[in-house]
Amino acid sequence: MEDKLIIRGIEFRSRLWVGTGKYKDFAETKRAVEASGADVVTVAVRRTNITDRKTDNLLDYIDPKHYKILPNTAGCYTMEDALRYSRLAREAGISDLIKLEVIGDEKTLFPDTIGLLQATEILAKEGFIVLPYTNDDPVMAKRLVNAGAAAVMPLAAPIGSGLGIRNPYNMKIILEQATVPIIVDAGVGTASDVAIAMELGCDAVLLNTAIAGAKDPIAMAEAMKYGVMAGRLAYAAGRIPKKLYATASSPFDGML
Amino acid sequence: MRLTINGELADTIRAATVLELLDELKIAPGRVAVEVNLKVVRKAEYGTYRLRDGDTVEIVNFVGGGGWRWL
Repeated sequence: MEDKLIIRGIEFRSRLWVGTGKYKDFAETKRAVEASGADVVTVAVRRTNITDRKTDNLLDYIDPKHYKILPNTAGCYTMEDALRYSRLAREAGISDLIKLEVIGDEKTLFPDTIGLLQATEILAKEGFIVLPYTNDDPVMAKRLVNAGAAAVMPLAAPIGSGLGIRNPYNMKIILEQATVPIIVDAGVGTASDVAIAMELGCDAVLLNTAIAGAKDPIAMAEAMKYGVMAGRLAYAAGRIPKKLYATASSPFDGML
Repeated sequence: MRLTINGELADTIRAATVLELLDELKIAPGRVAVEVNLKVVRKAEYGTYRLRDGDTVEIVNFVGGGGWRWL
């Protein structure tokens, strides 16, 4: 059976999405992305170096023909900035996809959900496929969908923290009420965190630091690939309920 | 012509349009986005969009994300 993630008619090969920040160089980025099996790669929009044109371009390493390039608005602290970056990203890129971030606090990088909601509504009306990065807040998730979000991307924990899903119960509520795909964004640390997200029923996981910051990013990228696959399979298989006492798994019949 | 390009003053620009400016700066137009005075210029308009003395131009492209360099 095909088990594919589809957002607004766009079909995705993998349920693992990866960011491209914090790598040693573009060659390492490319190897990590390949090892992860991801087909969505997030990028940021920044000023072109106009004095040194010889600087490498990320897209020379990550071929947009083979990967879905998902621009984000990382670093934007106001709705206006997020709108500006989104519009530039659409013009620089090839699609209407935007991973919308409006950051509300420098220390935690938690989203400014008010600015996020307003920006989501405006961009959705302009024809963007908006994927907002938000808190693990079921009410806000609902509001974002009503504002036109094509998927909701709740954080597992603060960006780059590696803490894993801190509130699986909120995540379950978000999933239960979801009418769009739910993609965990940020805060996972290792393969088991990713597996837990997928076992809960999340549609995909986006991560960056957990791979880029690992001692061996390429090996961690591969671990994440299997974490997503194992978690998704377990979710589809339907786990046993948790119980306080033992249930024997060997028959009593035929015992001496 | 004097332009502010990516925050830097450039006062010897000969280009009259966005397309000519990219050419003058030796930037391939394919993978960048251009903003003039806070308004995005569509790729189809690069050849006809005329720059004026004192314009503020931003030229951006995709980088590994998310980094924290500002426009």
